[in-house]
Amino acid sequence: MRGDGKDTKADGVVSEDLQQKRTLIERICENAGMNDLGAAFIQAAHLLAGREPALLGVIVLSLRVSLSALLIASLIGAPCGALLAVCRFPGRRLLIVAFNAMMGLPPVVVGLLIYILLSRAGPLGTFGLLFTPAAMVMAQSVLIVPIIIALTRQVIANDWEEYAELLRSLGARWWQIIPTLLWEARQALLTVLLAGFGRAVAEVGAVMMVGGNIDGLTRVMTTTIALETSKGNLAFALALGTVLLVLVFLVNALAYLSRPHSAQHGI
Amino acid sequence: MASSLLELSALSYECNGHRLINAVNARLESGTRTLLLGPNGAGKSVLMRLCHGLLQPSAGDIRWHPNPPARQAMVFQRPVVLRRSVLANVTFALRLAGVSAKARRDLAQEALHRVGLALLADRHAPTLSGGERQQLALARAWAITPQVLFLDEPTANLDPGSAATVEGIIHAIHAAGTQIIMSTHNLGQARRLADQILFIDRGSITEHTPANEFFAAPRSHQAREFLSAERP
Repeated sequence: MRGDGKDTKADGVVSEDLQQKRTLIERICENAGMNDLGAAFIQAAHLLAGREPALLGVIVLSLRVSLSALLIASLIGAPCGALLAVCRFPGRRLLIVAFNAMMGLPPVVVGLLIYILLSRAGPLGTFGLLFTPAAMVMAQSVLIVPIIIALTRQVIANDWEEYAELLRSLGARWWQIIPTLLWEARQALLTVLLAGFGRAVAEVGAVMMVGGNIDGLTRVMTTTIALETSKGNLAFALALGTVLLVLVFLVNALAYLSRPHSAQHGI
Repeated sequence: MASSLLELSALSYECNGHRLINAVNARLESGTRTLLLGPNGAGKSVLMRLCHGLLQPSAGDIRWHPNPPARQAMVFQRPVVLRRSVLANVTFALRLAGVSAKARRDLAQEALHRVGLALLADRHAPTLSGGERQQLALARAWAITPQVLFLDEPTANLDPGSAATVEGIIHAIHAAGTQIIMSTHNLGQARRLADQILFIDRGSITEHTPANEFFAAPRSHQAREFLSAERP
């Protein structure tokens, strides 16, 4: 790294004040430059290797919030998606279109709605959930439920076409058919869950609004990255960014490797 | 096994304005093997699905005497297996048939043994060959000891060896007391397996006669044409 003060000290004519200003400007210029990227990576590695407690806390909270949201959203979304695939009822097509459209819900709008619901004057205000991890779980769940419903419906609809006659011939009723199809599609559904998890863990706007990004309480990876970047603390931001990337990569790799041999070859 | 009689009266089925089954009347006696013959698109599969209850008739009646068999099964042209072990495929059917958890495993293993799949019980079913899948489908059907078994061209996609195995199993299922209702395009197979022939052409039954009479002297001209096409 350049500019650790030695060059500027050499020309002693410059006044203390001016020297400080120059160092500051130099640092800002460096922060904006490519030079800093490499340095930030090194610093990120140090932070990660040193098991910085602040960093660790942020990572753990991120995982806790997003995994809870995924659990809730799957318990609601997977059976609903399967029902939409199997059962015929009035308004079904409308629901399918609605859920497909809701896959692209803008996080800030969801954040705003949850904020209004949970704010002191709102309908759920009495529970005092605003600016807690629970509020963040709610926001992420709302965001990913439509994704899980829509993708599950597609997966199950394909299987249902194949299995419909067999299952009906065996005398299965719809409440037996739904869990059977979900189990049969478990491999494909794992990918669906990953898509949901990816959306949840990478989401900034909604959790920022309903969580408040409170240090040590509701600060997660994405909100920290946004905050630290705006503060110019690129190394810390980059460290978290790296963790986020590695995490998403690992989860996907695990899901792929856990597939049975036959599924990997598309049998 | 309770004896039953299947009676179709003025049975019709329409789909998108097409009449696929046209006011069909027939009586199928229990204990017999009835083979449905007829050209492609004649309505054999549709008729079996109506009898099995997979399709609802547009008009007419399907009546079983004295009452509908509590246990019936169907084996399809393309065997569908669940993505679980061979044994679990059979226990699944037994569970849906209301067999107690304790009895399922033994019954399933016995059924696999009878169709010759005992050694593959732990294999992941989707890795089976086409012939083995059809054997599994037959084991799944046989495990619940159905009074009636419907088979929709069960050997159409199989090599001659596998087809012979499947024929042998169908023979054994019948010998164990199950009424067989089966469609096929293979006249040799029909000769080997049939007690009765039901000949269908464009949604109507043109002939319902004992197999030996049918092959010796078909009564309807449609059946005569169908049979003559087979001869070299």
